Amino acid sequence: MQLRSEAMTSARDLPAPAPMQQPRKKKWIGDFVFANLTKLFAALTLAMLAGIIISLIYASWPSIEKYGLAFIWTSEWNPPKEKFGALVPIYGTLITSIIALVIAVPVSFGIALFLTELSPGWLRRPLGTAIELLAAIPSIVYGMWGLLVFAPIFAKYVQPALASTLGQVPLIGNLFKGPPLGIGLLAAGIILAIMVIPFVASVMRDVFEVTPPMLKESAYALGSTTWEVVWNVVLPYTKVGVTGGIMLGLGRALGETMAVTFVIGNTNFLNDISLFSPGNSITSALANEFGEADAGLHSAALMELGLILFLITFLVLAASKVLLLRLRVSEGSRT
Amino acid sequence: MTLGQKRRIVNNVALALSLAAMTFGLFWLAWILLTVLQLGVSGLSWDLFTKMTPPPGSPGGLANAIVGSVIMCGLATLIGTPIGILAGVYLAEYSQGSWLGHSTRFINDILLSAPSIVIGLFVYAIYVAKVGNFSGGAGVVALALIVIPVVVRTTENMLMLVPNTLREAAFALGAQQWKVVTQVTLRASQAGILTGILLAVARIAGETAPLLFTALSNQFWSVSLNEPMANLPVTIFKYAMSPFEDWQRIAWAGVFLITMGVLALNVAARYFLRDQSPQR
Repeated sequence: MQLRSEAMTSARDLPAPAPMQQPRKKKWIGDFVFANLTKLFAALTLAMLAGIIISLIYASWPSIEKYGLAFIWTSEWNPPKEKFGALVPIYGTLITSIIALVIAVPVSFGIALFLTELSPGWLRRPLGTAIELLAAIPSIVYGMWGLLVFAPIFAKYVQPALASTLGQVPLIGNLFKGPPLGIGLLAAGIILAIMVIPFVASVMRDVFEVTPPMLKESAYALGSTTWEVVWNVVLPYTKVGVTGGIMLGLGRALGETMAVTFVIGNTNFLNDISLFSPGNSITSALANEFGEADAGLHSAALMELGLILFLITFLVLAASKVLLLRLRVSEGSRT
Repeated sequence: MTLGQKRRIVNNVALALSLAAMTFGLFWLAWILLTVLQLGVSGLSWDLFTKMTPPPGSPGGLANAIVGSVIMCGLATLIGTPIGILAGVYLAEYSQGSWLGHSTRFINDILLSAPSIVIGLFVYAIYVAKVGNFSGGAGVVALALIVIPVVVRTTENMLMLVPNTLREAAFALGAQQWKVVTQVTLRASQAGILTGILLAVARIAGETAPLLFTALSNQFWSVSLNEPMANLPVTIFKYAMSPFEDWQRIAWAGVFLITMGVLALNVAARYFLRDQSPQR
């Protein structure tokens, strides 16, 4: 960065170069075609976004027209009676994503801390790869494993333990009550957390590595412990990027389909606030019902669910992108 | 307790927690992989590759699902890759400062993480609903739409790594820009771009959600793109959710195939990239 700006100032100080012969204006046909072809396909990516939004609005119009904004806070979902309200799936999507973040953020921070500050050099690469492989495993594998392996163990050991400890605390105890079914909102949130950890952890690791060594070394030279360096120097320096990473994880969690569909329990009734009870998320409602929905209001309502999901994730991911870009810009100006 | 002792204790506790977090992450990876290995290997047999998906209670395999998945992933990669590479070339080589470049880059990164089930809905709305039936072709379109952002991102990143001196040298020899791009910069970054394509294949190989409303699935042998097409992920979904034990066994074998394939692609991509990068 510094080098380039010096080069630029020195170029500016030079006397203006002697007028050169004008470069040939002739456009080569190959150049013209190739440049515009690449431009066309870049524009196609933009068109894809517009296409998704427009087609979803169009397909869900009957439902938008009939229910209006009340769609969002109506809780009854009854296809035979043609009553559709999105509250239960929206609640399920939000609550499972929040559970996922509550677990994934501290763990990812720990992993990033380990990979950047603690791990011996030769272990860094294999461990980083292992965590990234966790992200590569297809979500259907998580789903099937969650339903057939994780949920029974969760119901037998973890849920009773939670109910007898956290469940006894006033107020938040209500979140951990009810029969231990294994599947439910909490199980879905935990599986989502496992899926989101690699994304958040690798963003955090990357932004931690952006911190200038000079800053860290100065803090160490003043006698700081490793933890103090990370907490008081690295984290404040990278907080924008860390937030961006968390938002990326949130975007992933909101839109995850298969893993959630397997373990959330798929019911459109919500009787209590317990996290043990089964529920539904936007994605699992779509995965389960869309194939069998008739062409009328039912599929329009499901399309509207998809539209809501897309708009929420779009905003979250856009925020994440803006934050990560801001880190890069500020990093450029500081060095 | 002195301040120094307290700080040391806080530091040790924090670092121990960090180690615990690392172990926590690896623990799930190990548990999932061990389960898949254990239950998947026991379901492996020749029938898996030669027989069709069975009705419950009778023997069978995944032949039609495997072939369907290979066809759809292959075609989607063939369609998505050139589009992605060209769009990536635009971003890296032509877009300097233009609004189209900025907005495409921004939107592409969002599409990269956008929920894949919404892509399924989109293709349903523009393709399946118009044609009137689920089809392998719709599945190919949906998967191709997922390939594009992945390839765009890696192509742009890899082209940006090519030193500008290389471009300048080619220009100084009088090369036209499209020649410079196709014969110099794209060639210099071909290993990286190939890595991106491998990662894109790995990504779509396990995608289930976008196929649910497009390719659906097919119990029988069909390679027609106008009919519903069997594929591994949706078959696994159906079989794993079923109460039949023999279906679940087949589903585990399918999960084993997908997981091993995806992990192999990822490891290969990483290895390939590391192998090539010092030369750039």
